[in-house]
Amino acid sequence: MENGGLGLWGVPLAMLAGAIRVSTPFIFVSVGECLTERSGRINLGLEGTLVMGAMSAYAIALTTGSPWLGVLVAACVGLLLGALHAGICQLPRVNDIATGIGLMLLATGLAFFLGKPYIQPKAPNLGAIELGWWSGIPQVRQALQVNYLFVVGIVSAFALAWALKNTRWGLIVRLAGESVDAALAMGVPVGRVRLIATAIGGAFAGVGGAFLSLYYPGSWNEGLSSGQGLMAVALVIFARWDPIRCLWASLLFGAAGAISPALQSVGITEGYYLFSAAPYVLTLGLMIATCSPERALRGAPGELGAVR
Amino acid sequence: MNAPSLELIGFSKRFGGLAALDEVSVKIVPGAFHALLGENGAGKSTLVKCAMGYYAADAGEILLNGRQVVINHPKQAHELGLGMVYQHFTLVPNMTVLENFVLSRKHLPSVIDWTVERQRLKDFFDTTPFTVPLDLPVADLAAGQKQKAEILRQLYLKRTLLILDEPTSVLTPDEADEVLSTLKQMTRELVLTIVTITHKFREVNAFCDTVTVLRRGKLVGTRPVSELDNDTMAEMMVGRRETRATVEREQRAAGKTVLQIEGLSVANTVGQLAVDVLSLDIHAGEIVGVAGVSGNGQRELVETLAGQRHAEAGVMKVHGERYTATRPEMIRHRIACLPEEPLRNACVAEMSVAENMALRSFDQAPASPDGVRLRRAPMRDVARRLIEAYRVKTPGPDAPIKALSGGNVQRAVLARELSSEGDLLIVANPCFGLDFAAVAEIRARIVQARNRGAAVLLVSEDLDEILQLSDRIVVMFDGKLALQTQAAQADVGAIGRAMAGH
Repeated sequence: MENGGLGLWGVPLAMLAGAIRVSTPFIFVSVGECLTERSGRINLGLEGTLVMGAMSAYAIALTTGSPWLGVLVAACVGLLLGALHAGICQLPRVNDIATGIGLMLLATGLAFFLGKPYIQPKAPNLGAIELGWWSGIPQVRQALQVNYLFVVGIVSAFALAWALKNTRWGLIVRLAGESVDAALAMGVPVGRVRLIATAIGGAFAGVGGAFLSLYYPGSWNEGLSSGQGLMAVALVIFARWDPIRCLWASLLFGAAGAISPALQSVGITEGYYLFSAAPYVLTLGLMIATCSPERALRGAPGELGAVR
Repeated sequence: MNAPSLELIGFSKRFGGLAALDEVSVKIVPGAFHALLGENGAGKSTLVKCAMGYYAADAGEILLNGRQVVINHPKQAHELGLGMVYQHFTLVPNMTVLENFVLSRKHLPSVIDWTVERQRLKDFFDTTPFTVPLDLPVADLAAGQKQKAEILRQLYLKRTLLILDEPTSVLTPDEADEVLSTLKQMTRELVLTIVTITHKFREVNAFCDTVTVLRRGKLVGTRPVSELDNDTMAEMMVGRRETRATVEREQRAAGKTVLQIEGLSVANTVGQLAVDVLSLDIHAGEIVGVAGVSGNGQRELVETLAGQRHAEAGVMKVHGERYTATRPEMIRHRIACLPEEPLRNACVAEMSVAENMALRSFDQAPASPDGVRLRRAPMRDVARRLIEAYRVKTPGPDAPIKALSGGNVQRAVLARELSSEGDLLIVANPCFGLDFAAVAEIRARIVQARNRGAAVLLVSEDLDEILQLSDRIVVMFDGKLALQTQAAQADVGAIGRAMAGH
């Protein structure tokens, strides 16, 4: 067995590697959705945006040979899809949730349709920073390969947390999400604020998709996302609408997702599928433990989920 | 030294057919602590909302410091230094006090330097008589602190004339005293002019210098507090009334006890005790009227009796058996309930009139022969009979009940509730917003139920209704019974004082 040299140490190491690799799309989608939801809007369509971003990034990287141009185009596609969602939601008697699900199905379908020719060819991948240069053990070196986008994700989580607290723009986004009455009384154009916040949230999800197709797993196929976008939206609730906690939650989710392959790599193969469910069991458990029937979720933006 | 004077001249406002304000004029001098007194619906809130630009008055002009001003929008009022503090809170609950204050400022820098802002607010708090914690989310503040923060924000925004809409309804008496006495001090120093809407004589006597009394949209008078005693104020507020009107009632002695409430305590939505160790008995063939200004626990009392809210402490008994407002108990004891806002509290708006009329009986024969299947035809037959008997104006038994007018929804629910010839009828504000004919008819139905021997609990904000219908009157104030009297010997002045907490 190739991990024999590491023994059981291989398990935490694989989980670390998983946290770094698997979590990146979660970070992008949840940080973006965090911004959107803080402005008082839910975008469930991010799953579709993620897939659409993955496809367009892969296609552009394949045709131009530049993976970073692919990332940029994925962000633009996300921006447009987000703006579309926000635009539709601003129409009278339109429901966030229904529109989000509709756009999710539309965008995934569109991505599968447009992405057919790109399933076989191999596009150039995004590079990674080798943080494991100091180690002689190949597994450690492999685990510490950190993609640039991972770093960008971490930085943007902190940047968003700072901006929400310390900038006029951040306060206005939060005001739009907390109380439409108060926002209108202060002359804040709630619709425009939400449009911008939703569009930016979509751009983040697009970049998350680019990571999927251009780095890990690093190819384009129809089963690429398998609900990661939806899961990231749930992470935002679990993280109580705080970008930094979104980051931690994403890392935790990535690590939990790596438990099963890590155990397999050290020879524990029993209950593979059971351990695959670890992230979901973890989420459910944490949700139940932190929920209260007596009061509303703390930190929930006041206007969120308001039925109009 | 910048407390302004304010003069409102000839304000009128109609809502549909109802004159909410009729030629009301008030003059408020600089540095006044001016009380607006009146019952629910007297027009106090309408008057100040017209002044603040929330409503467009049909007629009326405003003089600020003797100069005529036009206020069509709250923003204009704010720019003139007029600010309003509401019963409910307007601060954003998920933001800290500091963030709330900074956000409400006019010009915000694109990046906010919180150390500077915090220092600035701290310096400001050094000049104010009370403070609130800066870094707590507003949601974590107690009600008293929230109200203080609301007032502080008005001062922070340099408002010089404050209109307080029942500012102390959410405060304990001590908190109210603290807030009001500091505001009083500021009016003495001519920093502020204050207009306060209130029902509480205690606060008027302790803090206000002038009182304007409104009744049914009309000005009763403006007098210095020093010239008034509580009796005069109560009389100005509720007027002289005939205690008996036209409803035919049989003379009958009260029967045996139907409903016993013993030491009942109920919390409101925010967790404060709204009903505070209340005890009350109601006998067969008797209408007990619960008078009081809204917000003194009446709503929570009715919700508990109707099973919409659970009691913190105390026991309710019907016919001597413990009653917890479950459906089998309601059916067994034949309890009928007409809550306020029946479309929301007693109906399913989307369902048809027939279905709504069957809500009490759909699981019993004939609507359901075995408790499983539902049969529409008997439901419709019953509905047709009730529609006929109670003259409910509806396109038919299958029309959705939300399409009916308020009075007809009321009739439909009353028909459903009274059709079972209940032993206990609980009624809350049954005539709110209804026209004359509907009012007379619904009151007659309530008296009919009493005449045939039902025990009736009538909760109403309309004192006339209480006086007209009740055999016995109790006044609720601050979750407790402030007064109990036989209607025949009722002293309107004493009732008015009890409603105001005296």
